[in-house]
Amino acid sequence: MHFYRRLCNVCFVSLALSLGFNISAHPQDNPNQPASGFAARQAYGDKIIIGSAAEASNLIPMLSSDSASHEVSGFIFNGLVKYDKDLTLIGDLANNWDISEGGLVITFHLKKGVKWQDGVEFTADDVMFGYQTIINEKTLSAYKEDYFQVKKAEVLDKYTFRVTYDKPYAPALASWGSLVVLPKHILEKEDINKTAFSRKPTGTGAFKFKEWVPGQKIILDANDNYFEGRPYLDEVVLRIVPDPTTMFLELKTKGVDWIGLSSLQYQKQTDSAFFKKNYKKFRYPSFSYTYLGFNFKHPWFSDKRIRQAVAFALNKEEIVKGVLFGLGSISTGPYVPNTWPYNPNVKKYEYNPQKAKELLKEAGWQDKDRDGILEKNGKKFEFTILTNMANTERIKTATIIQYRLKEVGIKVNIRSLEWSAFINWFIDKRRFEAVILGWSIGLDPDQYDIWHSSKTKEKELNFVSFKNEEVDKLLEEGRRTFDIEKRKKAYFRIQEILAEELPYIFLYVPDSLPIVSSRFEGIVPAPIGIGYNIEKWYVPKRLQKYRIEE
Amino acid sequence: MLNYLSKKAAELLITFFGITLVSFFLINLAPGKPTDVVSDLNPRMTPEIRAIYEKQWGLDKPLHIRYFIWLKNFSKFDFGNSFSSDSRPVWDKIRERLPITILINAISMFLIFLIAVPIGIHSAVKPNSLSDKVTTFGVFVGFAMPVFWLALILQLIFGVWLNVLPVSGIKSLNYENLSFIHKFFDSTRHLFLPIFITVFGSLAGLSRYMRSQMQEALSQEYIVTARAKGLPEKVVIYKHALRNAILPIITILGLSVPGLISGSVIFETIFAIPGVGQLLYSAAMARDINVIMAEVVIVSILTLIGNLLADIGYALADPRIRVK
Repeated sequence: MHFYRRLCNVCFVSLALSLGFNISAHPQDNPNQPASGFAARQAYGDKIIIGSAAEASNLIPMLSSDSASHEVSGFIFNGLVKYDKDLTLIGDLANNWDISEGGLVITFHLKKGVKWQDGVEFTADDVMFGYQTIINEKTLSAYKEDYFQVKKAEVLDKYTFRVTYDKPYAPALASWGSLVVLPKHILEKEDINKTAFSRKPTGTGAFKFKEWVPGQKIILDANDNYFEGRPYLDEVVLRIVPDPTTMFLELKTKGVDWIGLSSLQYQKQTDSAFFKKNYKKFRYPSFSYTYLGFNFKHPWFSDKRIRQAVAFALNKEEIVKGVLFGLGSISTGPYVPNTWPYNPNVKKYEYNPQKAKELLKEAGWQDKDRDGILEKNGKKFEFTILTNMANTERIKTATIIQYRLKEVGIKVNIRSLEWSAFINWFIDKRRFEAVILGWSIGLDPDQYDIWHSSKTKEKELNFVSFKNEEVDKLLEEGRRTFDIEKRKKAYFRIQEILAEELPYIFLYVPDSLPIVSSRFEGIVPAPIGIGYNIEKWYVPKRLQKYRIEE
Repeated sequence: MLNYLSKKAAELLITFFGITLVSFFLINLAPGKPTDVVSDLNPRMTPEIRAIYEKQWGLDKPLHIRYFIWLKNFSKFDFGNSFSSDSRPVWDKIRERLPITILINAISMFLIFLIAVPIGIHSAVKPNSLSDKVTTFGVFVGFAMPVFWLALILQLIFGVWLNVLPVSGIKSLNYENLSFIHKFFDSTRHLFLPIFITVFGSLAGLSRYMRSQMQEALSQEYIVTARAKGLPEKVVIYKHALRNAILPIITILGLSVPGLISGSVIFETIFAIPGVGQLLYSAAMARDINVIMAEVVIVSILTLIGNLLADIGYALADPRIRVK
């Protein structure tokens, strides 16, 4: 089944650092929106067909770990807090919150009069119920860890919810998103792992569940009583099309209104008059990056000069051009451009093969037998880059790296592996010299699990075995304060150290490339993407395509 | 005969048991566990949370114990729950997807039989004629063409360029509002390409087999006798030769059921058809062992039934087999 090169959705999902947040958060008033004239075009009605490669599995947010499920439940549920379009945390079901006693106590003041979609009022008891459900040992949730940090949770009154921590924990605030708000009155007597609610949920969100046709589509209806106002669109349909090529053909026949494009499709296949007339393309950095990681347990790569030499030998711009058709940006650290933790002023390694050769020579590597490959103590400089088979972008990246390193006298072999074998036999067992992988990054900058020296045991994520005392200290600092300036300082410094030490060579940040039918208006791209204000999207009356037939 | 059948049935039962045993251990030997989807490279996953999953899913027990538990549940026709975040009973997941797969395969089988047999007869009766060469070439093109490639080309031609058939799916979005006759047309339009591709790819095997069976039958002495006594050629071919030649074909057709189902994996994914093939593919990717096992069981039961029917067919036709 080699031709299903991009079907391994599982692989991408399990790479995600954080999936616990709704991307379809809800907007503040849109400052870009002209008042009159424009507003007259806004109309209720029509539906949007979103093409989805994978089918959702479970619509209770805390129980699912696949992005398809979170995409759907994001339309239906709200959290106490959410990320705004510029990636700062704002209130969602909470009006506001107080952080007291040095960050140990968070008190949420909830909005009054918010109704579940069945008409029952939402209160602090529902948050308490969600919290108690996720920490219950029977509940199968991958997100428990954040809630195990809570020392005490209390309902002070109907609209006030308070949590107390042992230690200040900055990612804690974001954890009070949609994972832990569940309707107590419906689920109280149910077994959360087996309840029918998981396929027929009731939330507080802009859209409510209507129908799930297994393997085909999930239909959501506008929530007339949504607390931020009814969405303009009548329906959201998530249509399941597993094959990416078929999905593109569906786009060509207008069978779907909104999908994500590949770089190739964006650059080469959607420039025709047809696409210009019928679709709008968007482009912004995704929350992910691809890197070349070294195994610090390997004697060669534990030498910083070698890692830096490899960095100088590579031309990242060339990789972005060759692999992504230019639709991405070069990466310099574990955060993506345009987000607050991103430090633009770190050491950069411009393409400089001469410098690379000097560093290698300094480390004792020389080509004495003139066969083009460096040696030291009778050993040739030859190593293998591992990556996963399903990802052609990574394999292309590896090939470019192979070519560039050959120029400085390093022979690279490329081996691509099936995902499970790769993770279980090579990453977990630390049996690799170098790997090309990627991270999806969460919206909170805490990356303790990836860089802290205590996280190097089997199955833990510092699998390159990076160890740096200052980074350890800064990671600890960064997660123990809510002060954004202090956090910024810590994470800026971490990026400087990572750029110097190079546990990874950060390669590129691919762009997200959504395409949406041009009949939809009100789309305002922001750092968080385009989907955050979908309830403000509308189709002018004369352009409406689907009418609800009763 | 009864004795023969009961012996056969006992053999099949043992074979079936063997299939489940080998499959279960093979699936578990593959790298990766059902929990990987949730836990791999997920920083929020601690060993404690992983242990909760393994305990709830019964993965903390040794492999042979798990096999016996599986066997015990299976004896009660319970395939267990899916190891994905929906935790639904496996049978529910399969049941909602089985009808469309069976429908497509049944129609395909019928059409394959309807088309391949005449082609085979014709080729046998007029070997090496132009029409024999043309049909042979045609069926081999179908045989040699990769399913996924042909599917994409046809989607492009009929779906995008000519815009006469839907690209994928099994129903239009407004299906519920259509009248009965329009519903029928809608389904036909959606199923046309998947069925065409399945049929086209499978013609070669059966028609070639039919051709050689028919040729063999035509070279028998009773055909010479039939012709000698002056029977019309039509009667010679369709009554005397065909009857003898077609029996093995029915057997072959029965045995190709599992092959068609595994073919479903490919075209169901391409055409976004929510059948069991697509389910098998995603289950294999996610190491959803219970779903994989259930599908293995269904396919092996089909294969074994096909075998059994073939045996019965032979026994009925040939007394030497049932006596031995």
